[in-house]
Amino acid sequence: MMSPVEATATELLQRLQTRQITAVELTQAYLQRIERWDGQVRAFLQVEGQAALERAAEIDRRREAGQPLGRLAGLPVALKDLICTEGQPTTCASKMLADFRPPYDAAVVARLKQADAILIGKTNMDEFAMGSTTETSVRGPTSNPWDLSRVPGGSSGGGAACVAARMAPLSVGTDTGGSIRQPAAFCGITGLKPTYGRVSRYGLIAFASSLDQIGPLARTAEDAALLLEVLAGHDSRDSTSAQVPCPAYSQTVSEPLDGLTLGVVREHFGEGLDSEVEAAVREAMEVYRSRGARVKEISLPHNRYAIATYYVIGSCEASSNLARYDGAHYGYRTDEQVMRSERAAGRPAGPGAPTAREPDPPLVDMYRRSRAEGFGAEVKRRVMLGTYALSHGYYDAYYLKALQVRRLIRNDFDRAFQEVDLIAGPVTPTPPYRLGEKLEDPLAMYLGDLYTASANLAGITALAMPCGFSREGLPLGLQLQGPPLEEERVLRAAAMYQAATDWHQRQPAGLG
Amino acid sequence: MSLTRQEVAKVATLARLNLTDDELDRMTDQLAEVVGYFELLGELDTSAVEPMAHAVERTDVFRDDRVVPSLTRDAALANAPKRDEACYRVPAVLGD
Repeated sequence: MMSPVEATATELLQRLQTRQITAVELTQAYLQRIERWDGQVRAFLQVEGQAALERAAEIDRRREAGQPLGRLAGLPVALKDLICTEGQPTTCASKMLADFRPPYDAAVVARLKQADAILIGKTNMDEFAMGSTTETSVRGPTSNPWDLSRVPGGSSGGGAACVAARMAPLSVGTDTGGSIRQPAAFCGITGLKPTYGRVSRYGLIAFASSLDQIGPLARTAEDAALLLEVLAGHDSRDSTSAQVPCPAYSQTVSEPLDGLTLGVVREHFGEGLDSEVEAAVREAMEVYRSRGARVKEISLPHNRYAIATYYVIGSCEASSNLARYDGAHYGYRTDEQVMRSERAAGRPAGPGAPTAREPDPPLVDMYRRSRAEGFGAEVKRRVMLGTYALSHGYYDAYYLKALQVRRLIRNDFDRAFQEVDLIAGPVTPTPPYRLGEKLEDPLAMYLGDLYTASANLAGITALAMPCGFSREGLPLGLQLQGPPLEEERVLRAAAMYQAATDWHQRQPAGLG
Repeated sequence: MSLTRQEVAKVATLARLNLTDDELDRMTDQLAEVVGYFELLGELDTSAVEPMAHAVERTDVFRDDRVVPSLTRDAALANAPKRDEACYRVPAVLGD
């Protein structure tokens, strides 16, 4: 019999409900898969095998006793390691939080527990979600399951890789400028960034608060709908949480959309777009046409300003959010004995501190050393960029300007969605990079967010899914963007495509 | 866009970071490149555009003014790098 890890989450849920498989058997199958392959993929920072099996046994007992069970009862789910889990390490893949154990669960964790999902482990990511390759993780990079010498994308690279490698049927990621969609595209799976406000951010460790959003990583649109249904909903502990009802996404996802009009953005097909990505995206439009959709060319004139706008706003918010890591309340603190002896020896301010002024008092010295030692290079870059852009004399030129352009970008989308139901296009300009290819060239890495960052700036919803493979066998992604709160439409359109194609069913051949 | 080492060192002070000489060199080059790219925004006339800080422009989101349970002192201090019974412990704020 085929291993259960080959099945989709939706199929597995049905097998659990009809008792063709127990939660313990299913959890064991995934744990074995992790045991077998994660030494090479390195998607997980932590696997909670024992706790997962105990939880699975409890769910099996409750099912046996005929007790009511939650929406995802018995299904393993992996969590990106910036989502707080009470008493369990939550590290953001940073030395700063290596020993941090949150005193409470994030809202989405409480919802998953309520739904009787089995939390199987925490996945690797770029440090504090800053990066597009999962290479800035203090624990080392994750590999792309399709080619272990390539990056899985990022920042939710571990979350995408574990689903692609069949080490979890579902995982939860976050998307600030593309961090769900880009790794989903690079790993050949389906990932959804919900509308800003759709999913509570309570207990999500903040990177850029006006852009961050939690969402599902899954094999199919149907599975993403299933997970979103559990994650989404109003929460009074997040003041930006949308106070609107959430549709039962999994009930409608398989219904095709009649009279669908897709917009294709003229500006998406310019310089820098890889020819194989372009061909796959154009071919996907033919698939939609063959299913009765209309494809219309539109313009998003401010698209080319999205990256600059995103990196100004994202870095400013990051520098402000990360000010909380001061070595005083939680997280890493420098070795105070070393600090004291260095100060006594006449090196009062630590390496790199300016010397032409009064030495820092001990508290400030402790802050600076702790942050210098606790943060990695990319996090320092973003904090420096943000601090610079917000500093006296530059605030209007950068931050305020970016907020104004942000409105122009949002206005473009509002206009476009009066003409079309959804916007379709590439997720990334190229197929997955080689490990190390972009690490020392920040601007080149940032430009990879060209097609994704605008959805976060505008607060709309967007999905990525596989639409082909390069000649080298690397996954290529299609993006669907929808108006605010129209996740249902996006998911249904994605399921329409997946009903007509089999890209989403392909599996990395190297992983048995 | 030119940025000097001194300017970058000043930003490091504002950001409460220490940078080694090597880091300062690299940071100066990389920030100059990225900030140079930001100049692209200068092409647009935004004088009549209202800034947009948030995608969901909600203000004054209130909840009922009720006392609800919060973290115990011990739970709040549990992750402190250094603590005593009731407080976070830090190095001297003034002097040595």
